[in-house]
Amino acid sequence: MEKFTTHTGIGTPLRVSNVDTDQIIPAVFLKRVTRTGFDDGLFASWRSDPSFVLNQEPYDRGSVLVAGSDFGTGSSREHAVWALMDYGFRVVVSSRFGEIFKGNSSKAGLLAATVDQSDVELLWKKIESRPGLELTVDLHSKTITAEDLVVPFSVDDYTRWRLLEGLDDIGLTLRHEEDITAYEQARPSHKPTTV
Amino acid sequence: MGRTLAEKVWDQHVVRQGEGDEPDLLYIDLHLVHEVTSPQAFDGLRLHGRTLRRPDLTIATEDHNVPTLDILAPIADEVSATQVATLRRNVEEFGVRLFPMGDANQGIVHMIGPELGLTQPGTTVVCGDSHTSTHGAFGALAFGIGTSEVEHVMATQTLPLKPFRTMAIEIDGELRPGVTSKDVILKVISQIGTGGGAGYVLEYRGEAVRNMSMEARMTMCNMSIEAGGRAGMVAPDETTFAYLKGRPHAPQGAEWDAAVAAWRELRTDDDAVFDAVVHIDADSLTPFVTWGTNPGQGLPLGESVPDPATMDDDAAAATRKALAYMGLEPNTKLRDIAVDVVFLGSCTNARIEDFRAAADVLRGNRVADGVQMLVVPGSMAVKAQAEAEGLDQVFLDAGAEWRNAGCSMCLGMNPDQLAPGQRCASTSNRNFEGRQGRGGRTHLVSPLVAAATAVRGTLSSPEDLTPTVLTTV
Repeated sequence: MEKFTTHTGIGTPLRVSNVDTDQIIPAVFLKRVTRTGFDDGLFASWRSDPSFVLNQEPYDRGSVLVAGSDFGTGSSREHAVWALMDYGFRVVVSSRFGEIFKGNSSKAGLLAATVDQSDVELLWKKIESRPGLELTVDLHSKTITAEDLVVPFSVDDYTRWRLLEGLDDIGLTLRHEEDITAYEQARPSHKPTTV
Repeated sequence: MGRTLAEKVWDQHVVRQGEGDEPDLLYIDLHLVHEVTSPQAFDGLRLHGRTLRRPDLTIATEDHNVPTLDILAPIADEVSATQVATLRRNVEEFGVRLFPMGDANQGIVHMIGPELGLTQPGTTVVCGDSHTSTHGAFGALAFGIGTSEVEHVMATQTLPLKPFRTMAIEIDGELRPGVTSKDVILKVISQIGTGGGAGYVLEYRGEAVRNMSMEARMTMCNMSIEAGGRAGMVAPDETTFAYLKGRPHAPQGAEWDAAVAAWRELRTDDDAVFDAVVHIDADSLTPFVTWGTNPGQGLPLGESVPDPATMDDDAAAATRKALAYMGLEPNTKLRDIAVDVVFLGSCTNARIEDFRAAADVLRGNRVADGVQMLVVPGSMAVKAQAEAEGLDQVFLDAGAEWRNAGCSMCLGMNPDQLAPGQRCASTSNRNFEGRQGRGGRTHLVSPLVAAATAVRGTLSSPEDLTPTVLTTV
């Protein structure tokens, strides 16, 4: 996974709450067997609407998506994260995320930054008052800077550390392989097997 | 201090306690795999030269892409066909048992775990699918994961996780006839919201839950994710043990006795404290349906479409957006909403009891003119059972279609999809925009409401039919 320290890019306001993962990428786009190439499915049904924010200059070049509350609810599809990243987003801001989406983001290297709803509103106003405004997201200080506006965000400390270091989860776990083996030897014999 | 059910199961699976900010490393007892969320995980294993650690704790099925009309013909959609072929190659290479289309045990991934007796109390169950919460009905800690985590479980049989908070959903009293666990969970979600359970494991408790069958409990746990919950659980009891006994992968003989003894310990201690508690009054519940585009936008069937004019700005905006998509006017009686399609199926409500209940309503009745009704068993085992009981004939006689097992019209990924603008009463779990096909409009309902709606052509409950049909589920 690529390291994430700071990122600066155009803010894209998405003034919609409850954006479920079926909106981020509909199921019909989940048939590929690769990990990339999902950008055409991103917000697929909304993209046919000319007034949708990703159809507007300069928001279509954004890399920091500032969304309404409860972003990424619903399905476990990690394709939602891949689609956002394939399109060019590195950060998604919301006051609350779907749990699985948040976990998937942290594994794939997309920063899901949790910001108070009042600060989300301030960011929206700031971005819309100057379309094309670049936001700087600093994972060290856990802040988002938009000109003179600085808002804090939260991300759990372990995720932050892994993103800063660009660490692969499986590699970290395999450092404890002896613990796994020891656990397996003590498992009750009535536990099911699939064979 | 006592511990909750979720905490007990968690504690039994800690391989390594995290230090400081580190998560705990949790052992996974059962990993369910399907064709959609696994190909990139298998690729990851190959890329890093890793093996699949425990094929004997892993099982695969084909469900999301399945064409339910002709399950034995080659899949016409090339991309779908490739995804299924990829799964078959991967399970072969990594030694995972698969139930492919055509197999007597094939079905939706959350159907076959319980049917085979693989889903057991006190186990940890994961799958690259958010409705893995279904398995919590057995007192398992079961939750959906993304593809990176699927790869992690394949490689290590563990997951690094931070402890969840716990929420008690106390369902006191007794459900009236005609009111099902689907109505209960739709009510729960409308009460706490689609994000209300975020960060929590929900434990369903109370008299109404104790009186529910395993299948009814599965329906409820299935939709825990729709309230934002990471998992849903019900403490195992005699109902659970009776369901499991004799199933192919359930323990036998002395092992069975040992297992039951261990399972009896799996209940929340009297002095345990939940992080949050929600009360639902079962006695006052009536059939519940959704009117909007998320599962929290639901109301009792007897009410009317909400009016944004009576709401504050944020709620009004969200409601207007939902009503515009749904093609509904404020204050329309829910019972006056006419549907084009009725879907009885999905991992929420495609079990034998659901089909018996719907068949009781349809027997001697006809699906209304202009309405298409799809009846799609969740598994081939349910299909066989229903046919043995003659239920398929009841559905066919009523004018419904009787299909093969798969996810079908739950998610718009296989040939079973709504056309733009079509309206559907669906026993599935999600009414998101486009969920059942681009432009399709979904009302989530129970199997009883689905069947009555099919007959009348508008959202209805069995008591709207003449003569009145009342069924207890």
